[in-house]
Amino acid sequence: MACYLTTGKHMSIYWSVLTVLTLLAITAPIALLFGFGGASAARSHFAPLRWLGQTYISIVRGVPEIAFFLFFVIALDQIIEYLRHKVKCPDWSQPIWQGNDFVVCQAAKMPLGNAPQWVHETYGFSIAILTFAIVYGAFAANVLFGAMRAVPHAQLETAEAYGMTRRQTYWRVLVPQMWVYALPGLSNLWMVLIKATPLLFLLGVEDIVYWARELGGTKTPRFTDYPHGDWRMWYFLALLVFYLAFTRVSEIVLARIMARLTHGQATAGGEAQRKAAA
Amino acid sequence: MSCWATIQDYGLRAIGIGERLLPRDDFTLCQQFTLIGSGMIWNIYFGLFALMMGFFLATALAMGKASSSAIFRKPAEWFIFLFRGSPLFIQFFFAYFLFLNLKSVSPFFDPFTAAWLGALIVLFFNTAAYSGEIFYGALLSIPKGDIEAADAYGMSGWSRFKRVIWPTMLRLAWPAYTNEAIFLFHATALVFFSGFPAWQQRGDALYYASYFADKTFNPFIPYPILAFYFILLTLVVIGTFGLVNARLNRHLPQNMRRKIRLRPNLIR
Repeated sequence: MACYLTTGKHMSIYWSVLTVLTLLAITAPIALLFGFGGASAARSHFAPLRWLGQTYISIVRGVPEIAFFLFFVIALDQIIEYLRHKVKCPDWSQPIWQGNDFVVCQAAKMPLGNAPQWVHETYGFSIAILTFAIVYGAFAANVLFGAMRAVPHAQLETAEAYGMTRRQTYWRVLVPQMWVYALPGLSNLWMVLIKATPLLFLLGVEDIVYWARELGGTKTPRFTDYPHGDWRMWYFLALLVFYLAFTRVSEIVLARIMARLTHGQATAGGEAQRKAAA
Repeated sequence: MSCWATIQDYGLRAIGIGERLLPRDDFTLCQQFTLIGSGMIWNIYFGLFALMMGFFLATALAMGKASSSAIFRKPAEWFIFLFRGSPLFIQFFFAYFLFLNLKSVSPFFDPFTAAWLGALIVLFFNTAAYSGEIFYGALLSIPKGDIEAADAYGMSGWSRFKRVIWPTMLRLAWPAYTNEAIFLFHATALVFFSGFPAWQQRGDALYYASYFADKTFNPFIPYPILAFYFILLTLVVIGTFGLVNARLNRHLPQNMRRKIRLRPNLIR
């Protein structure tokens, strides 16, 4: 059993767990950044920017996120190649969409056709990260937009009365105060993000779902030292347990953070803490 | 070929009526609209039936979780944690392979490996767990006075539940439950990407949309069409649930009524 679990192929599934964790670690800050940008745009005083932010938030809310994953991977790829094509091959005469094919010149291929394998993998992975960031950025934008509105208006008025400019009010008063209101929504989003990671599989990254299907499938003695029947069910059971454990740990950690943040706050949570201590 | 002929050929393609072969080249806009629309039949089927069955299980789960006896509380808590704590995608995969294994034990499980039953069961349990949690939250926030008033009228047991607790719970939970319904419909798009095979290319809307995107290498037409259909469906859900909400709140003065607000922080 111990030998079976440490074959070369099983090492790949352990690596792919790391892939998932890396994805989470990279995506979360980027999505937060996108969300911050989206929320700021949505409450901008410049109308086109405001419409842009609001459209971004509301389109992503109305459509299943999986459709976005399938859409953005091709769309981003084509947009990047199209732009490179325009820059690198200005004297290309044929149309780019030829019937059912998308044709760009050789130099505009992304990544280049002769690039090593790891470049292809990294490129696919970064497209996946960008897709995740765009979709979850919209959710984060919505949370942050709500949090910005939850900051008591008197605070902003006070800032104005002190003669702060709009920009100063935004950065010195609004942004520092909104995090307490945003945290419940953001931690919810984190849970959702954890649960969205198996969708990586659909983006063509060799993640844990891919390897669970690969390794669990029926193996004949001809190709491996450890033949077995269809074990995919057990592999997916293991994944299920992995995700449950991960969610549970996150829940506990986030509850700790929330307890620390509400400490001394004039909210219902802070009041309950004070009463419990007294 | 006129668009009307296309609709006749492919309008019900997703349930196996009409032309057998999917279009292979020279895709027209009409074909894409028709096929993706016919795929919506499956999304609506999964969403509607899972919601209707899930509603009753969710009520039972909420009552179980709020129960003071551990025999009822523990199973309900574990059920909710199991289905809310893990990704729906993995649940689909696991259920599919579980049913495959069971199929080799007894032919009784044959239909379970097909999407129409197997995936429906997963969605049913999933939505029951999510709405169970919503109902549980609502159950805890029923005003104490309402229950005391029911007691004062001499109600107890079933009649108190039916006349006071249950309607109040629904009223309080309804805005959140609307969101749950919307995201359940969105989640139905996952079905045919998670092990469950699309038999004879009878798939849901996303299945056809990705079919067109794969064939034409042009994602900018099929996915916006899909988005259009889903936004339409979302609006219908909001409208229907809004009517129920109005009925649940009909005894309250205008300014006390709870409004439905779309909150997107509930995906699986």
